[in-house]
Amino acid sequence: MCGIVGLLVRDRALEADLGRHFAAMLEEMTARGPDSSGMAIYDRDVPQGSLRWSLRGGGVTTDWAAVGAAVEAESGVLTQLEAIDDVAFLVTAASREAVHEGLRLAADEQITVVGVGRAMKLIKDVGLPREICEHYNVPAMTGYMALGHTRMATESAVTTDGAHPFSPSNDLALVHNGSFSNHASIRRQLLDAGVACLTDNDTEVAAQFIGYRMGQGDDLEEAMRHVLKEFDGFFTLVVSAERSFSVVRDAFACKPMVIAETDAYVAVASEYHALAGLPGIDDARVFEPHPEEIHTWIV
Amino acid sequence: MSVQTDASTTLDVRALGVTAVNRALRALPDGASATLIEVRGAHNLGVGLFNNITITINGNTGYYVAGLCDGPDFVINGSVGWGVGENLMSGVVRVRGNASESTAATAHGGLVIVEGDASSRAAISLKGGSLAVAGNVGHMSAFMAQAGTVLVGGDAGDSLGDSLYEAVIYVGGTIRSLGADARTEELTDADITKVRDMCQAANFDHINADTVTKVVSARALYHFDALKDQRY
Repeated sequence: MCGIVGLLVRDRALEADLGRHFAAMLEEMTARGPDSSGMAIYDRDVPQGSLRWSLRGGGVTTDWAAVGAAVEAESGVLTQLEAIDDVAFLVTAASREAVHEGLRLAADEQITVVGVGRAMKLIKDVGLPREICEHYNVPAMTGYMALGHTRMATESAVTTDGAHPFSPSNDLALVHNGSFSNHASIRRQLLDAGVACLTDNDTEVAAQFIGYRMGQGDDLEEAMRHVLKEFDGFFTLVVSAERSFSVVRDAFACKPMVIAETDAYVAVASEYHALAGLPGIDDARVFEPHPEEIHTWIV
Repeated sequence: MSVQTDASTTLDVRALGVTAVNRALRALPDGASATLIEVRGAHNLGVGLFNNITITINGNTGYYVAGLCDGPDFVINGSVGWGVGENLMSGVVRVRGNASESTAATAHGGLVIVEGDASSRAAISLKGGSLAVAGNVGHMSAFMAQAGTVLVGGDAGDSLGDSLYEAVIYVGGTIRSLGADARTEELTDADITKVRDMCQAANFDHINADTVTKVVSARALYHFDALKDQRY
């Protein structure tokens, strides 16, 4: 069991309240996944030409100011850095190589890049959703889209690395409720194609697969169709990209998903009670995706 | 909170919590009625009740509403999550909206009515109860249904009646595909009467009992033979 929530804002007035609504939705999914949770939150705050790097330290106190300075020294470009304990968001126009070199020099391989993107902020941690949301100040966050997951681990250990979402490429984030039975085979095929998974987690394989397919020219929906073809197991998947948001369930549809659509937002959740507190929910079009039916919304 | 009037009790699910609501329902005398408000998708409402009461639920519910009941009647003014009326023994459960998966799963008795659509695996492993759906049912409905009746006013999804035993399915609309060991059969007069009775009980007026499609087991997959041991 795991819990999924997602919120895509259509009415820009609602962007100021994104974090508040999203955190409340995520907390409703606590019973489905109390061991860890994570989220990808998309906003418009990153300046044109820059990327935001979501970083995590090695479990000890990281000198984030030194990390920012090292990236600046390496690239010669200004960086902005926002840190909350072991997590930091680095916004910079520096090249990928310069950022990695800066991270290496400042913290000697102790920093994990959780995700990179023009819009995405990626956070994951071990613990209850409410504690994680409070710790990282999620209710105060603004933005146009958020995707979240509460995990009850089955296929790999309860670690921060094993928490969802997984981000295989810029601004792409995937969450999964279910389990894949052929992830080892696909992991090997991806490795042959030059794509290495970083964890033992089955969901990461699907994320890397989608990242690989999109790198080959698929759009999000085409990549999802390939997931349906190649992956064996139980799954409800939600994938967000910079400008799109996609939901799919496997052929058996054993894992739940409820969608609510209004003029102001599209909201998805594993169970309806996560949607029940949203504004205007009583007038929303509420439905469930049929098996193997891909639903995509463009931001 | 809890407001006791002469005829009816109103229970606020959000304020009281599910356990307290179910306890209050269980304590009501036969003939009483109760209304549940501020439901907000809560799971397990009105489960395991044996008193002859009438329960109205205003709002969308979560999983297993009206499950394991042997007595009460329910009207749910909203849509319901997975497993409405699961293992129902008796009573009428009316859902005014849509139902998610596994509607009336393993129901031994009673009648579950869905005025909208029901999703996948409706009436899975039905054991003698009745399910009437005004709209469509999802895939794998009536999977391994052992006894009882399923009436679908609209269309049925893929693999209807897969591995069916002795339950009977009537479909007003189209059937996307039949499951393994399910087959259609000619309607008899008894079937037509049964469909009419069920429409009346469910208050459906959009189904033509003379033209529904009847689906039963082809009995090629199951070989239950009670006298088998006596032959040796």
